[in-house]
Amino acid sequence: MTTAFKLGDFVVVSNRDVRGHMRTPSYIRQKTGVIERLCGSFRNPETLAYGGNGLPKQPLYRVRFLQSHVWPDYKGTLTDTVDIEIYEHWLTPAS
Amino acid sequence: MPHDHPHGPTIDAKRLAHYQCMAVAVQELLTEKGILTDKQIEATIKEMEARGPALGARMVARAWIDSNYKRRLLLDGSAAAEELGIPVDGTRLIVVENNETMHNLIVCTLCSCYPRNILGLPPDWYKKTAYRSRAVKEPRAILAEFGTFLPDSVTVRVHDSTADMRYLVLPTRPSGTEGWTEQRLIELVSRDSMIGVRTAKQAES
Amino acid sequence: MTRGVHDVGGLPDDQVDLSEHNYAPWEKRIDALLVLLAGKKQIMRVDELRRGIESLDIDAYNELSYYERWIASISKILVEKKLITSTELEDRMAKIATRKTLL
Repeated sequence: MTTAFKLGDFVVVSNRDVRGHMRTPSYIRQKTGVIERLCGSFRNPETLAYGGNGLPKQPLYRVRFLQSHVWPDYKGTLTDTVDIEIYEHWLTPAS
Repeated sequence: MPHDHPHGPTIDAKRLAHYQCMAVAVQELLTEKGILTDKQIEATIKEMEARGPALGARMVARAWIDSNYKRRLLLDGSAAAEELGIPVDGTRLIVVENNETMHNLIVCTLCSCYPRNILGLPPDWYKKTAYRSRAVKEPRAILAEFGTFLPDSVTVRVHDSTADMRYLVLPTRPSGTEGWTEQRLIELVSRDSMIGVRTAKQAES
Repeated sequence: MTRGVHDVGGLPDDQVDLSEHNYAPWEKRIDALLVLLAGKKQIMRVDELRRGIESLDIDAYNELSYYERWIASISKILVEKKLITSTELEDRMAKIATRKTLL
């Protein structure tokens, strides 16, 4: 499997304003995180949800975000994190 | 003005009947068309009823007493479940470990993804918006509502199950349980401790 | 940014209501229907179930209970796939409503 990202890469979540079914929550759009692990490749839920076959498969990553970055008013410690599974087509490299 | 009930709004009997009728109608139509049988529905219900937190508790207790099993569990949760004879039916299970510096909490903000093959059907609060909305942004406040108070020396790591992975927390083994049998340890492993909203039960002194 | 009714992460909400109920037979039946249709039968995907739930209007999403949302979505998807028609569903529901017991 060739993937665009590897463990430890910094990535930004796209802010594409698309309608329809998707598994990228709005709260994480435009946030920067680090690839925590590669989960394998899976059929794309954005077409599966409409009776499509979900192909080509999309690499899926677990991306780790610092809570204090995701929520400017976060009440917790600076080390608290949130890990989210995100498909590759939602990610771009962080500059 | 609807009658107020201390546990929330009263169930509208008519509405309930509407959706129950819909469920029966769908099942009857699918059965008549030969798409499924009542027997298959009954068997599926039985299969689901056989799943529950006792399965996850076995995995946790085993990991507490067997460091090699724990290593395999953290590496590949699905394989480690199957190793104990717990079928996961293709679920990709990620097990995350709590310790004195790390506390993990599982949520699905978009729906209610849950390791149902290991823990059975989720509790009501896991599926409702209060938990789903807030667990990701104010996990420490949520934990406090479950009676779990963590010092700032413990990092809280939330896992939002948004896609194809399912999560199980490996809670910290309670102190004072050295030398306990696996069977006795299983009793300390609650469902909630494997979701991460509580710690494992403490050993009674 | 478009935000679906289901996309609630980070929104302010109430204290968690810790009460639980045992699943009723009708809820287990709906659960089993989906497990069969999405699993062994490969007739619909869980992704389609979710899409059907997400397309409920916000009042329905908030007012219906969990498995009511499920059966609303399952029947919508089955009609889309032309496995049942909305007319036969309505007719059957009307008949069932006149029975003394549901099953």
